[in-house]
Amino acid sequence: MLTDVIHVENLVKKFGNITAVDGIQLDVQSGQIFGFLGPNGAGKSTTIKILATLVKPTSGRAAVAGFDVVAKPNEVRQSIGLVFQDQSLDDRLTAQENLWFHAMLYDLPSTLFAERIENVLRLVDLIDRRHSLVRTFSGGMKRRLEIARGLLHHPKVLFLDEPTLGLDPQTRNAIWKHVKALREEKGTTVFMTTHYMEEAEHCDKIAVIDHGKIQAIDSPAMLKRMIGGDTIIVSGDDGLAESLKRAYNVEVQKVGSEIHFQMASGAEFVPKLIAGFAGRVKSIQVKQPSLEDVFLKLTGHSIRAQEGTSQDQMRQMAQLWRRR
Amino acid sequence: MRIAVKTIYTIWLREAKTFSREKFRVVSMIAQPLLYLAVVAKGISSAVTLNGNAGINYLTFMYPGIIGMSILFTSIFSAVSIIWDREFGFLKEVLVAPVPRWAVALGKTFGGATISMIQATILILIAPIIGISLSPLIVVEMWIMALLIGVALTALGIAIAARMSSMQAFQMVMNFLVMPLYFLSGAMFPITSAPPLLKALMTVNPLTYCVDGLRNIIFSNTLMTAGPFVGRSVVEAAMSFGLIRWSLVFDMSIVTFVAVVLTAAGAYRFNNQQE
Ligand SMILES: Nc1ncnc2c1ncn2[C@@H]1O[C@H](COP(=O)(O)OP(=O)(O)OP(=O)(O)O)[C@@H](O)[C@H]1O
Ligand SMILES: [Mg+2]
Repeated sequence: MLTDVIHVENLVKKFGNITAVDGIQLDVQSGQIFGFLGPNGAGKSTTIKILATLVKPTSGRAAVAGFDVVAKPNEVRQSIGLVFQDQSLDDRLTAQENLWFHAMLYDLPSTLFAERIENVLRLVDLIDRRHSLVRTFSGGMKRRLEIARGLLHHPKVLFLDEPTLGLDPQTRNAIWKHVKALREEKGTTVFMTTHYMEEAEHCDKIAVIDHGKIQAIDSPAMLKRMIGGDTIIVSGDDGLAESLKRAYNVEVQKVGSEIHFQMASGAEFVPKLIAGFAGRVKSIQVKQPSLEDVFLKLTGHSIRAQEGTSQDQMRQMAQLWRRR
Repeated sequence: MRIAVKTIYTIWLREAKTFSREKFRVVSMIAQPLLYLAVVAKGISSAVTLNGNAGINYLTFMYPGIIGMSILFTSIFSAVSIIWDREFGFLKEVLVAPVPRWAVALGKTFGGATISMIQATILILIAPIIGISLSPLIVVEMWIMALLIGVALTALGIAIAARMSSMQAFQMVMNFLVMPLYFLSGAMFPITSAPPLLKALMTVNPLTYCVDGLRNIIFSNTLMTAGPFVGRSVVEAAMSFGLIRWSLVFDMSIVTFVAVVLTAAGAYRFNNQQE
């Protein structure tokens, strides 16, 4: 039986005259991995904070695990786990003490402490550093510990706000495996935000959000089908773009020296292209549509993944600096 | 209820652990009052004569006040670490946990009070050096007083810090709360000889009753060696010259009352905060 574990209706959050969340509507079913995809400042973290009872919405309604986030914050907190985007560890405690602290606050049975703590530390490869002060950890190690802590108690709903930002692919994969196993074994519902397109592919459903509004919600496959075919990337002489536009009646985009356009069936189109423009085309690529393309199409701009990461890095650096 | 107790214990333990790791804080907590005492002993006390001429020197008068001052600084510092926690993100972890927030505030309050008690214990040990005689009863009474006023002041700090988010705000607290609380506590000059306006302010300052109480406690086992009261208790002499204003029972009652009220206020304010 599928039930809505997260239910959001016309959710609005204003900070002064900034509307961070602008009338969001969504449902997440039990056991789903739900992804929130959007550029910086889209309102992803704000939505998570509202769902996690840390911020009160300006208007609208949200319920998690059947409990209203404003009326029943305690019941909501009992049902959720959360990995924050920004650091939330106590760096004057050791890795193990941070986990112990969490286990106490979440009322884990003390018989489970040792085993759980060891498990999550192994998962994020910090078992050797369990007795080191968090202050002595690198940025990536802190991030890993943060995730380990989020996985320590097994909540009904797990919120992950850009969980794997700045982690190496190996660690990212290990974490994904664990999250999926949790979902299989415990039916955990996962609500996550991300900048990484590859990561969004793991989700059962994705909401594309921009400027506080949801642009589309669907499975990754369905979203990509919206694009209407494959992306063809060609390079060639100067007038090629114009000629292609006239010949095939398509919208072309110039990206550097490359020309991008969409075609219903890329593989069958290639021979025609070669026949029609022999000598003028230097290279041809056919690409399956990616979520990046989806994002571009829905919002009219790219997710600025590159820019995003460097901004995040700066933010993290600023934090580290302040901390000294 | 079980969860609340567990929460109080967990938060308390964190306060104690992180405190013990901050070497700088531990050192300054001990060194600062000693420095004050040394300055007072060498400097001020030779220049100041107290009310009438009870034969009580300024250093003796000041010593309980310095213990009160240390408790004040320590408690407020413990409380405003909430601002730190907020700034560095750790507070989020606590606020999103399925525990009653008032229990978090209580854990923090008891943490601050515990550190205050440790500090008072260290400071009482130097009493014999300045000619004050100790007894087990004095130490126990002082612990109770340090606990009560530590709870009261930490809770006061929490009530203020619960809605603050920056270090500038912390500076404000120090300037407009802590320093006046100290100067108007009777630690430096007796309330009985203060001008009316100051007297009124001192009367509403809970720290005044703490300092007065500490004098009652700390002088109780020492006899006068000079002045008109030779051979009688220092408390008696101080009382008749206005250096102690109230009885210990009265002081304790006021401090207990204030501790209860402020604890409730701190817990309430912390309970109703947003991120
Ligand atoms: N506490 C706050 N006070 C004022 N404005 C805020 C606050 N928190 C968020 N905002 C604003 O709300 C908007 C959405 O922020 P939010 O953190 O939700 O974005 P995001 O989608 O998580 O972005 P990112 O990818 O950078 O994490 C931004 O314009 C931000 O400046
Ligand atoms: Mg965010």
